[in-house]
Amino acid sequence: MGAHSAQSRNLRTLMAIGAAAAVLVAGCSSSSSGSGSKPANVNSANQPKNPTLVITANDIAGGKNSNEANWIQKTLIPDFVKSEAAKGITANVTFRPNGVDDTSYKSKLALDLQSGTGDDVFALDGIWVGEFADAGYLKPLTAVAGSQADSWDGWSQISQSVQALGEYQGQRYGVPNGTDARVIFYNKKLFAQAGLPADWQPTSWQDVYDAAAKLKALPGVTPVQWDGGVPMGEATTIQGFLPLLAGAGGSLWSSGKWIQAGAAFKAALGFYQKIYGGGFGDPVLQEDAKGRDKSFTDFAANKIGIYAESDYMWRSVVNPKGGTAPMADRDTAVGYALIPSETAGSGVKGQSFVSYSGGSDWSINPKTKYPQAAWDFLAFLNSKAETESRIGGAALITARTDVNQEVLANDPMLKFATEKVLPVTNFRPSQAAYNDVSNLVQKAVADVVGGKSPADAAAAYEKALEALVGASDVAPGP
Amino acid sequence: MARATSPRVPEDPAGLGRARAAGIAAPALLVVAAFLVFPALWTLYLGTTNYRLTGFAARHPRSVGLQNYTNVIQDPEFHHSLWLTFEYVIVSAVIGQAVLGFTIAWLLRDATGWFKRLIEALVLLAWILPSSVVAFLWVAMLDRDAGTLNALLRTPGTAWAIEHPMAVIIVFNIWRGTAFSMLLYSAALTGVPPSQLATARMFGANSWQQLRDVVFPHIRGHILTNLLLISLWTFNDFTPYQITAGGPNGKSEILPVYIYQTALFDGQMGLGAAISLLMLVINLVVALVYLRLLRERRQERVAA
Amino acid sequence: MKDPTVRAALAKIGRYTFLSVLLGFFALPMLWLASAPFNAHPTLDVSISSFTLHNFSVLLKDPYALPSLWNSLLLAGGTALLTVGFAAAAAYALSRVRVPGRDGILYALLLLSSIVTGTAAMVPLFQLAFKLHLIDSRVGVILVFTGGLIPAAIFILKDFTDNTPKSYEESARVFGASPFQIMRHIVLPMIRPGLATVTVWAVVNVWSSFLIPYILVRNPDKYPASVVLYTFYTEGGQPNLALISAFSLLYSIPVIVLYLFVSHRYGFRFHGGIKR
Repeated sequence: MGAHSAQSRNLRTLMAIGAAAAVLVAGCSSSSSGSGSKPANVNSANQPKNPTLVITANDIAGGKNSNEANWIQKTLIPDFVKSEAAKGITANVTFRPNGVDDTSYKSKLALDLQSGTGDDVFALDGIWVGEFADAGYLKPLTAVAGSQADSWDGWSQISQSVQALGEYQGQRYGVPNGTDARVIFYNKKLFAQAGLPADWQPTSWQDVYDAAAKLKALPGVTPVQWDGGVPMGEATTIQGFLPLLAGAGGSLWSSGKWIQAGAAFKAALGFYQKIYGGGFGDPVLQEDAKGRDKSFTDFAANKIGIYAESDYMWRSVVNPKGGTAPMADRDTAVGYALIPSETAGSGVKGQSFVSYSGGSDWSINPKTKYPQAAWDFLAFLNSKAETESRIGGAALITARTDVNQEVLANDPMLKFATEKVLPVTNFRPSQAAYNDVSNLVQKAVADVVGGKSPADAAAAYEKALEALVGASDVAPGP
Repeated sequence: MARATSPRVPEDPAGLGRARAAGIAAPALLVVAAFLVFPALWTLYLGTTNYRLTGFAARHPRSVGLQNYTNVIQDPEFHHSLWLTFEYVIVSAVIGQAVLGFTIAWLLRDATGWFKRLIEALVLLAWILPSSVVAFLWVAMLDRDAGTLNALLRTPGTAWAIEHPMAVIIVFNIWRGTAFSMLLYSAALTGVPPSQLATARMFGANSWQQLRDVVFPHIRGHILTNLLLISLWTFNDFTPYQITAGGPNGKSEILPVYIYQTALFDGQMGLGAAISLLMLVINLVVALVYLRLLRERRQERVAA
Repeated sequence: MKDPTVRAALAKIGRYTFLSVLLGFFALPMLWLASAPFNAHPTLDVSISSFTLHNFSVLLKDPYALPSLWNSLLLAGGTALLTVGFAAAAAYALSRVRVPGRDGILYALLLLSSIVTGTAAMVPLFQLAFKLHLIDSRVGVILVFTGGLIPAAIFILKDFTDNTPKSYEESARVFGASPFQIMRHIVLPMIRPGLATVTVWAVVNVWSSFLIPYILVRNPDKYPASVVLYTFYTEGGQPNLALISAFSLLYSIPVIVLYLFVSHRYGFRFHGGIKR
């Protein structure tokens, strides 16, 4: 082995070379710069006749979102090519599947876009819009596709609140294509055994506690699953904590500022304390790295009484046809109810029932060579006919009211979600810092589930929030 | 000794010469320069910026000097993570993998037949199966309700990965990585002249004395290689994330998991890069400790 | 002194008990891989409540599942070839020609490799591949892997080249062999067990790696199995255990075959090498 001195000498040389290379690298990595966001002069009259488009989404045939991937490849693209051909344009469109976890997809999308390449039209989670816009990866639709992006007739069919999924700082960055709604699912068989009504609608948190107390008497049954752990990630924030916060009249972000952990925040954490400190929920499950999978399996196995989830539970988890934890008797055994505010009228905007929704958008790469064709594709994709064709009879909440009215009539749960839940729902702030704030929320909730007092967890959240976004961007609130 | 250690043999017996040596080493060095040194230094440079994958800092990264480092060094979560990492490396790699690997190699050194082949095959299988597959296997085995371990130990409802997260990932890493040490030591043991062992036995040396006086001096270089590599690999091993996700409440958040959370999940590339450099420095210190330990042993032998 | 035969027998019993426990320890986690793929509704327990091959027939029809195994073979094979070839040559050169501070340099490279194989280097690696027009190229993925693996490979192989008796090479030289003939006919056979180990190690590393091929490859027809395994989840992140377990088995078979082949052909047991 070499002597110490030789080793350190060589390390020193290496470091010197390293510093030089780093300077070089610094030069090439900071060469990207954004341009302004004035409306682009793009219109169908002067577009190239042979546009080439690459479309990407987090779908893959045979894997994640397989149906959508198949539809894009086998129906949407041929339909689009045909409709362009009718206009005398020969479009060459390919689909690039992904189908991996959302974090990896987001990283790949970001890497592609920052390198100035990236696919022409892509799908993204509505909650990424702020981050991507701030990074220059997205531009307002009008800046890419011109004023036609604002005059699109489809906007009239997408409700104002759902449109927010594609907006950032008052501008449209993407066209929402679907949303979801959080409700309380409950197991009617267990409810019957516990002497609870088959047609249950709690009107306060107390009603939930009362039902949980009765369910607790059943052997081997966990009364309530309310997502509350760090491993559950965003599920803990959006369907665990946020509906509670809204039910206590609070929100994370309001009129330009992040909100301190006030009374509403502590009340929401208090709900967790009641559930997990009171033996109504299984705190260990919240800490399990696979806790969400396990709680789904448990619900399907009639081991969980009350479960706050989105309509995803109904259509993809306990669905007897193709669910990951199918329940053959789903239609009769699984009930659903609105999430109540803490007490009647205590929710945001004085609501008695609340919910939170997420969803995804389709958007255009600002660097696309064919902005007109890309916009045409986006509009075509979100047209009534294609939206209907996309879901192909499967019950899914789309962004379009006209489609929802026709398609969801056949599925009582999703009909309930669109008619009763969407009117009272809320959307997460499309701020670039949201992801980080959400991590802090998960930590606070996990602390309470682990036994910390709501007041202490709220204080820790507030401190971390100020460190994250700066004290000047944090304001008091309800 | 069969080794050619006599001073007559030159260091370059094949007559390679410097130019030819440089020539045959060149492809490796070129690939390493382009695809290792360059991106690694670039990463270190990112560690001095607030660069993120998305958001404002993605478009306009700012140089923040050593701020990432001072932030990390003051972060109690980092201290916690660092201690967990030491615990993880020392118990699972240095003690677990190296000792178990050597023990297997030693016990099986003269064995033949199906039993030896079976053990070696299983130990190696644990090492060569894809990491996402083994993570699944362990999650299934440790499951609270359906897991094989609870069925075997008659401990229904024990959530091993939550109640004993560090123990779980340590045992997992021993299971996962022992094969490399076993292979290396089996190879090393073939280099120990049987005649010397026989002589030692003749003079009444017990197993431990044989190991200490005959085997260890011969395999010292292999021990060093083994410890350096398995420590480094264990320091960088990310598979435990797939079993415990660093949880519960950060109780198994070893540094590679901490970096993953920071760099990929939170998108804080600059901060993640800074932590990577800190990890490199820690690895360097660990390597120097190993070198020193082995050098002392050499002097002991000369004195003896 | 006790009867030596009794002591020897006790030692033997002790040794075999220990080895049997070890056998159980290493086998236990693998049971699931042997049972779940054949279960119609697999859960996390080890049982075959309803035997089926349906999970495999679904995978046969999957457009990406089987091709991905081929892609993995290309990536792993290419990487192993480059890594072993380049590293063996470099290890031999470094062990025969004095380069000042070579151990220091080698260790510095080994340390840097820990950065490049980590998550934090994702952006530089992507940018590098992008600037070199290696996005969506298998060669790009192979080069990135090779760069990260070479230092450790040299480290392992140098132990072998350091320990081969130089007198053999010298005698060959006396008989007029050229340095390259010496490398091919004398050094190479002697370090073969080391080459086999490094080959398997390199293949295993590539075989498992998800992030690097995922961010560098665009065309899903080129996705390796590590990426395809991650696609068998729902939009909400729930695993499709039937497909995941069946594909895990298919995904594991090639490396097991490789192990059996290498172990049979080149002797993982390191019996080759020097005949004393």
